[in-house]
Amino acid sequence: MDRIPILKLRDLLLVSIQVDMHDRLAMQLQDELTAKISETGARGVLIDISSLDIVDSFIGRMIANIAAMARVLDAETVVVGMQPAVAITLVELGLNLPGVRTALNVDKGMALLESATPDVEDLPDADAGRTE
Amino acid sequence: MPVARSDTLELRSAADVVSVRQAVRTWAIEAGFSLVDQTKMVTAASEIARNTIDYGGGGTATLELIVEGPRRGLRVVFEDTGPGIPDIQQALTDHFTTGNGLGLGLGGAKRLVNDFNISSRVGEGTRVVITRWK
Amino acid sequence: MSAATDAVIPRILKTNEAELLDEWLKEQLTAFRPGSKISETELRGQSKEFLNLLQQATQAGHVTDIQAPSFGRVRDMLGDVSRSRGLQGFSPSETATFVLSLKRPLFARIRTELGGDADTLATVTWSATELFDKLGLYTTEVYQKSREEVIKRQQQELLELSTPVVKLWDGILALPMIGTLDSARTQIVMESLLQRIVETGADIAIIDITGVPTVDTLTAQHLLKTVTAARLMGADCIISGIRPQIAQTIVHLGVDLGAVITKATLADAFRRALEMTGQRQRALKPRA
Repeated sequence: MDRIPILKLRDLLLVSIQVDMHDRLAMQLQDELTAKISETGARGVLIDISSLDIVDSFIGRMIANIAAMARVLDAETVVVGMQPAVAITLVELGLNLPGVRTALNVDKGMALLESATPDVEDLPDADAGRTE
Repeated sequence: MPVARSDTLELRSAADVVSVRQAVRTWAIEAGFSLVDQTKMVTAASEIARNTIDYGGGGTATLELIVEGPRRGLRVVFEDTGPGIPDIQQALTDHFTTGNGLGLGLGGAKRLVNDFNISSRVGEGTRVVITRWK
Repeated sequence: MSAATDAVIPRILKTNEAELLDEWLKEQLTAFRPGSKISETELRGQSKEFLNLLQQATQAGHVTDIQAPSFGRVRDMLGDVSRSRGLQGFSPSETATFVLSLKRPLFARIRTELGGDADTLATVTWSATELFDKLGLYTTEVYQKSREEVIKRQQQELLELSTPVVKLWDGILALPMIGTLDSARTQIVMESLLQRIVETGADIAIIDITGVPTVDTLTAQHLLKTVTAARLMGADCIISGIRPQIAQTIVHLGVDLGAVITKATLADAFRRALEMTGQRQRALKPRA
């Protein structure tokens, strides 16, 4: 049986979907990823879908669910690398994935997660009013 | 409309949805579809194939390469002998679902193709035909 | 038709080659307007080659079956001539004249050769007519196809020309749109913009619609879809150059551009884009 590997990188989890996803695999990923977030206390989740040549409503819903569940578990999710043809099709399908953060590639996704989950030493100006 | 070639695939399990997607992709490439058009057709086929399995209890998908004058197109016919759909208009409405999906399946698929046809009889089954032209 | 009559045409083509070529050329040159698009030398070359190929093809039998394998090279050559004339802007009749003007010289030769034998003359004339009708039709078909290809290519070029995606700065693309947006064009605009975003890794794309005269519901929705698709890929879009009347239309049409960043001018959009990518300081430095 296929399995989508979940890699842990410091306090991030990285998932790169390389196979043509069927529904059971999508459900399994959702289960394993949420389990892994709570187990590792990860602060961010990166899902790389650059190899996916389609995202239909089921896979789209799975992605939205993972993001929502991760947020409940105090982790930010960023979906990276969606192909233009996939994005155009998703929009036409009516699936805009509100509440899911996106980035062009893994690099930019990491940068986004780092700025979203700042370490104590580089808190930006916006938080200057707060005392440490 | 002359059918240049056709092939029928079984739809029984979730893995069959993947097979249908791959077959539709291959045929769409052969028909000369652009990448975006391929993706739209594959996604529409994926939605309907899932419906056929989840709500129709399984069935078949028949792919047809059609030639009409200078136009080339790809048509997929989904047939099941399941419980049928009592209210088709309602089923086509976005965000309507009897299952646990987003309810974008039928209506969404309709927006991704050029021709969309659905007929259903309660207790006998459902037939959905989607066509996309190059 | 018997083998004997079948052999007449190739025989005449062979024994009268030089005379046929001269007479045929004369026919062609009178048919063309003075100051024609083709030189006599070129025409002579083409005609000589064609006569040669036709003679070889008819020699193999099946005089009127131009789809036969023996006619392969005749079809190829005729196809080349028609296609190149189609691309050079010859009219359909100028193109078909090439093969049709061979009729008169050839028929004259057939009459001289078979003058006494009315039956054979009729049979041979008929098959020669059939042959030339088919060659003429074939010419026109190829011509037509080559013209269609020209039109298709021009349409494609026009579409691509009208949608240039330019790089303004590191990570910032701009798409200045000019003219009316229909659905086919918008799809190409959308695809080329999104493709360039992936290729360049740009974080922000500015869609400037200063040159778009009007916006209808469909166009507004297409714009919105482009912005949404870009967001799904991880890039932000700014729409600039919205004219006052377009702003009114958008509101009247009830299109919700609420989630989209809009700016009055391309310059404003660029400034905002630099801020968003944190490059404002660097960008303004040279001026200070």
